[in-house]
Amino acid sequence: MSSNEDRARAANTRTAWALSTPALALLALAAIGPLLIVLVYSFLTPGAHGNVEWAFSLEGWTGIVATKDIFDDTWGLADANISIFWRSVKLSLLTTVITFAVGFPTAWFIATRPPKARAMWLFLITIPFWTNVLIRTFAINQVIRNEGILNAILLKFGLIDAPLQITYTNTAVLIGMVYVYLPLMVLPLFAVIDRFDMRLLEAGYDLYASRMQILRRVILPITKPGIIAGSILVFVPCLGAYVTPRILGGGKLMMIGNFIELQFGQGRNWPLGAALSMTLLVVVTIALLFYVRTLNGDRKDG
Amino acid sequence: MAERTTRRGGKSFSVTRLPGFAPIAVVVFLVLYAPIATLVGYSFNASESVSQWGGFSLHWYGVALQNGEVTDAAITSMIVAGFAAVISTLVATMAALGTTRRGHVPGQTVIYAMINQPLMVPEIVTAVALLIFFAMVKQATGYTGLGYLILAHSAFCIPFAYLPIRARLEGMDLSLETAAADLYASPWQTFRRVTLPLLMPAIFAGAMLAFVISLDDVVITEFIKSPGQDTLPTFMMGQLRRSMKPDVNAISTLLLGVTLVMLSAFFLLSRKRD
Amino acid sequence: MKKYLIATALLLSSTTLAAAEGELFLYNWGNYTSPEMIKKFEDQYGVKVTITDFDSNDTALAKIEAGAHGFDLAVPSAGFVGIYAEKGLIQELDLARLPNHANIAPEWMNVAWDEGRKWSVPWQWGSTGVSVNTKVYTGDINTSAIFMDPPEELKGKINVIPEMGDVLALATMYEGGEVCSEDPAVMKKVRDALLAAKPSWMAMDYSTVEKMSNNDYAATVDWNGSSMRARLGNADVAYGYPKEGFGLWMDNVVLLKDAKNVDNAYLFMDFIMQPENAAALSAFARYANGIAGSDAFMPEDMKTAPEIVTPAEFADKGHFVLACSGKALEYQTAIWTELQK
Repeated sequence: MSSNEDRARAANTRTAWALSTPALALLALAAIGPLLIVLVYSFLTPGAHGNVEWAFSLEGWTGIVATKDIFDDTWGLADANISIFWRSVKLSLLTTVITFAVGFPTAWFIATRPPKARAMWLFLITIPFWTNVLIRTFAINQVIRNEGILNAILLKFGLIDAPLQITYTNTAVLIGMVYVYLPLMVLPLFAVIDRFDMRLLEAGYDLYASRMQILRRVILPITKPGIIAGSILVFVPCLGAYVTPRILGGGKLMMIGNFIELQFGQGRNWPLGAALSMTLLVVVTIALLFYVRTLNGDRKDG
Repeated sequence: MAERTTRRGGKSFSVTRLPGFAPIAVVVFLVLYAPIATLVGYSFNASESVSQWGGFSLHWYGVALQNGEVTDAAITSMIVAGFAAVISTLVATMAALGTTRRGHVPGQTVIYAMINQPLMVPEIVTAVALLIFFAMVKQATGYTGLGYLILAHSAFCIPFAYLPIRARLEGMDLSLETAAADLYASPWQTFRRVTLPLLMPAIFAGAMLAFVISLDDVVITEFIKSPGQDTLPTFMMGQLRRSMKPDVNAISTLLLGVTLVMLSAFFLLSRKRD
Repeated sequence: MKKYLIATALLLSSTTLAAAEGELFLYNWGNYTSPEMIKKFEDQYGVKVTITDFDSNDTALAKIEAGAHGFDLAVPSAGFVGIYAEKGLIQELDLARLPNHANIAPEWMNVAWDEGRKWSVPWQWGSTGVSVNTKVYTGDINTSAIFMDPPEELKGKINVIPEMGDVLALATMYEGGEVCSEDPAVMKKVRDALLAAKPSWMAMDYSTVEKMSNNDYAATVDWNGSSMRARLGNADVAYGYPKEGFGLWMDNVVLLKDAKNVDNAYLFMDFIMQPENAAALSAFARYANGIAGSDAFMPEDMKTAPEIVTPAEFADKGHFVLACSGKALEYQTAIWTELQK
């Protein structure tokens, strides 16, 4: 009996790995494998004009937490790195919360359309994203600028007296990030809500549950896998976002993505950039696994 | 979904309706389309500015269509995104089927972390790594085609396709598949006739995401493109320091137009068929 | 599926595989190459030119250094020509194959980065100064104080281009230092002054042409050609040459070491040094070109443009901004990071 179980389990494991192999092979070839190059680079010396010199150095790694003051050569905490990191985390969290708050109702709306119309609504939500991120970001800028249509409408209806200064503020970055990352929340949520058995709601109402109770006790727990997927897809890429903060924020405040980019570009410190991104990779992977574990704590499989 | 209603307090009401949800969704759609509307509007602008109205004109459409660089970039974008979406969704679906609903599988955490890896690393880092790696391959093989872009895009699109599909699979009702197996359907038949149709909306959602993510990519493409392989985003990125020309608005509007026409045709045809 | 993919990919690559004859691969800044001039070259020589864009010198260098890039010609900025040569990425030019080499204006022949023009030929050059909306601010605009020590009228409406080298060069000269200064006392002053000025800035962004034209910005650190394009859209915009010292730059065409279409590359380099064609480039990019005799073919609006023709009183205030290295670069990166943290 137990050997049968063992055999079934072994077969199960084989299938799991076999089915994952194409994806893993592709990733190993074009994403994870080449990262080893970056790992090696993090232990080298920066070249005078970018790139690296083949001489071992730990300065890339020490540079993450400590910086040598350029003027008096004393070592101190790298407070610039820390404030940039903290800003990115804060903004990513806010973006995730807001995309969820508006994305959940939207996904619910799409998933409760008649089956024929659902595909059309799904397309409608993705079509704006068929224009690339630069065009979209410029278009958003067009809408929120002082003489843009948003201010024009608000002025016209007498809601404000003077145009709101939105461009180049944190609000602008937040608006842009929510816009850009919205489909990453809506689509996974849709995929889960769509398979949701609406008879459960009927049962709930028959037991005289209120709408709020239904939402909290029935809908949210069942759609949890979608919430997890959506928030990962929004939060994590947001951390490394580069284009949106640069264009909508007016480039005055860096996010991690911009900071790492600076090291590989004008800053010409590839080892520091490499070490920073390796740190980011490890921190985010641990946080992600922890997050998924905690949320799935009540279930056996991961 | 057929409208489900229940009787409560003598009044009939829809159980799928949640208060405030529909208005929020409508506002979301309006907000999503506001910048797109501006973009379309300004593509007909006569002046060289992208924010000052200089009268209606098709001038920039002429410029865009005559500019081989812009049209080539648009076509390259579409080809790469199309391939990347298909390939990444295919392998992501397989991986999702492999890693979900199997109880404890040794190493599943490793698989999960690997599949999500492209999300965790800022683009520039993958870009530099791939630049060096692909340069070696290019030197060794002499091949400089679009394959590199397609390969790289397929790889970083995988988590975007994988996560929605996995989310739907998790906790999906097993009874139908068990029933099919009880009726002596082969595993393949069960998959083809039962699991796949149930999974289809998520596969569709995943593919859409992968497509859109590939269309958006700037930095990785910038670093690994070979001569003549500019995509629309890298083409625009190159212009950033010299300010945008409105012909990109025109080409984007054209792409949107073509998409809309194709979609409408698709929906009209599928409606006729039933 | 795979087979189809590979077949299609190969098909798509056919243009690069058949690079034997009649092709030329140019790697240049985006929106910087006159399509009309390219068309003329293609018609004249039967060579198909493929332009690929880059968005920064650092990206371009990284790509070319990685190898197997497939380009024949690249257009790096002055400071990078020496780096390319030092790293062995470019070939010394065979001047006998460039009859028009003699057209290079005398002042652009023996330049600091390429004595005698043996490695590079001119593409476009310009200056880095400030653009100001003269309706908003009527005072002296020929100063870096516009963004370093802004007048009340401009505060909160100033943009600074996110170009570390250019901005720090202006700031260093404003504080009395030299470009690429390694003097800690000067650099400390530069840092403190920039940090004090930053609250008055609205943005650090590239889109100056658009936003000076539509009054989103009232002043910006700017390149002269951008400033001219902004003025054509908004007559109130004027270009200032900071008297404390303004930046000069030049982009140059270099022949890459592993170029496959060397003959066509020579044809092209010679072609752009013909005054008429150099003028066509300038008419598109809106910068000057360094070719003697091209003035005659320049568009009317550029012959007298105050942005393009540097007024005599400021002629000796321009300093070339080459790529800094070593300690100077360390200072710059640290200051730049602190500025945006």
